[in-house]
Amino acid sequence: MGILCQQCKQEPATVHLTDIQPSGEPVERHLCESCASQEGITMKAHEAPAMMLEKFVKVGIEAQIGVQRKCSHCGMTFGEFRAQGTLGCPHDYEEFGDLLLPLIERVHDGASQHVGKAPGEQKASGERRAKVLSLRRALEKAVEAEEYEQAAELRDELMRLEAEDSNEHQ
Amino acid sequence: MSISDLTANVGEWLRGHGPMGDIVISSRIRLARNLVGYPFLSRATDDQQREIFRTLADAVGNTSLGQNSLFFDLEEMDDIDKQVLVERHLISQQQAGGAGSRGVNVSIDETRALMINEEDHLRLQVLRSGLELETLWSEIDAIDDALSEQVEFAFDQRLGFLTACPTNVGTGLRVSVMLHLPALKMTGEIEKVLRAAKDLRLAVRGLFGEGTDAVGDFYQWSNQITLGRSEIDFIEEFSTRIIPRVVEYEKAAREALSNERSSQLDDKIWRAFGVLENARTLASDETMYLLSHVRMGVAMGRLDLIDVGTINELLLQIQPAHLQKAQGGKLSGEQRSVARAEMIRNQLGHHRNN
Repeated sequence: MGILCQQCKQEPATVHLTDIQPSGEPVERHLCESCASQEGITMKAHEAPAMMLEKFVKVGIEAQIGVQRKCSHCGMTFGEFRAQGTLGCPHDYEEFGDLLLPLIERVHDGASQHVGKAPGEQKASGERRAKVLSLRRALEKAVEAEEYEQAAELRDELMRLEAEDSNEHQ
Repeated sequence: MSISDLTANVGEWLRGHGPMGDIVISSRIRLARNLVGYPFLSRATDDQQREIFRTLADAVGNTSLGQNSLFFDLEEMDDIDKQVLVERHLISQQQAGGAGSRGVNVSIDETRALMINEEDHLRLQVLRSGLELETLWSEIDAIDDALSEQVEFAFDQRLGFLTACPTNVGTGLRVSVMLHLPALKMTGEIEKVLRAAKDLRLAVRGLFGEGTDAVGDFYQWSNQITLGRSEIDFIEEFSTRIIPRVVEYEKAAREALSNERSSQLDDKIWRAFGVLENARTLASDETMYLLSHVRMGVAMGRLDLIDVGTINELLLQIQPAHLQKAQGGKLSGEQRSVARAEMIRNQLGHHRNN
């Protein structure tokens, strides 16, 4: 006979989780299926065992740290977001910040800082961006044509404009 | 002006005269925006959704965007009319199938569509034929600026424009370019090209976007990443590096085919033309492939009985909703095949250069 569920201490534990503590330490947990599902951990029968195991550990960790967190503005929980894929309101980005960020980074190739247009931006900086674009193209052409003197001039101009741009954003 | 006025013509993006128009069918840029002070749509009440709709429709009306444009209230349109807008790339399939208060403002020349209450509160879209991304960016940038003066969009210093789905957060930018790549398909090199696209984190879809297959060798290339790089950066990469390179590959494949398999190539092109001119029933997918081969023949100068613009127009007119609109009512799949064949026979007879 196997171990009993740590939660209800009645049913045999069939769900085995390894939670990673904030300290980085792994803690093993053993639950029965119904206690696990109460925690929002669900099991799909048709998945390959290896996949299932991986998902379990992952879902288990997430279940611990946030599925039930609720946005104080729109009332959506992080679990609901995970199920439907869209957020409830702009405040969710703040309320679920630490939970969302790893996901955002995964989707956007590691990025977590916006670069580019901001509302109410000075018109001048929009024009500057257009200028940067055309300078870059000219620079590429100059390099291709091996016109290095001209390329150097274009590069300096580009660096100047880009520095202005980043100053303005600070 | 109504839907019927639209269907009598094709939008600017299908006219086939833009830069690299023989291979690049069209370019499109869209920006996702949401109003401050409202939940995203999945969480909005019917009243809130109506308010968002009115606020944004008024914002559009208060700018010059309201002039020379049409407004379609999707709640009041029947399925075929909504599908016509989808086929013309003026709304998304998702918006057509959505619920509640939603609509689209379309410029008369169909180069601009402002979708209200799609997945986000506002999706701005501009599109033109050929490779025209810089022009499109300056247009959509100005539209976005004009609307920003009317309403406040949800924005965060760190994460940029906040969108309903975190996959669009940051710039909210999607750059899409529709390419016609029949020769890469014939030489079998298309798989290699598509793998390269995947490595570059690009999505490649069919003619009608998300969830559609690349029927008839038409491929829509778009960015998936929206955060961490500026709009200009994305656009520059598409217009100076990615797309020109794919166009070069396609040209090289066309060159190789005409040098090494010239008879087979001509057979494919002319056989397709023969079927289109004579068939009495034509299914949708089959027609797309036939038009694709004829389009390649025209672009390569191996068939000169019609022009690229006419073929582009046919690509649109053979779509189910356009066919049904032209016939004035609902048709079964079989009836559509008959109507499609008849329409193509008429058009080819009419446009055939003598």
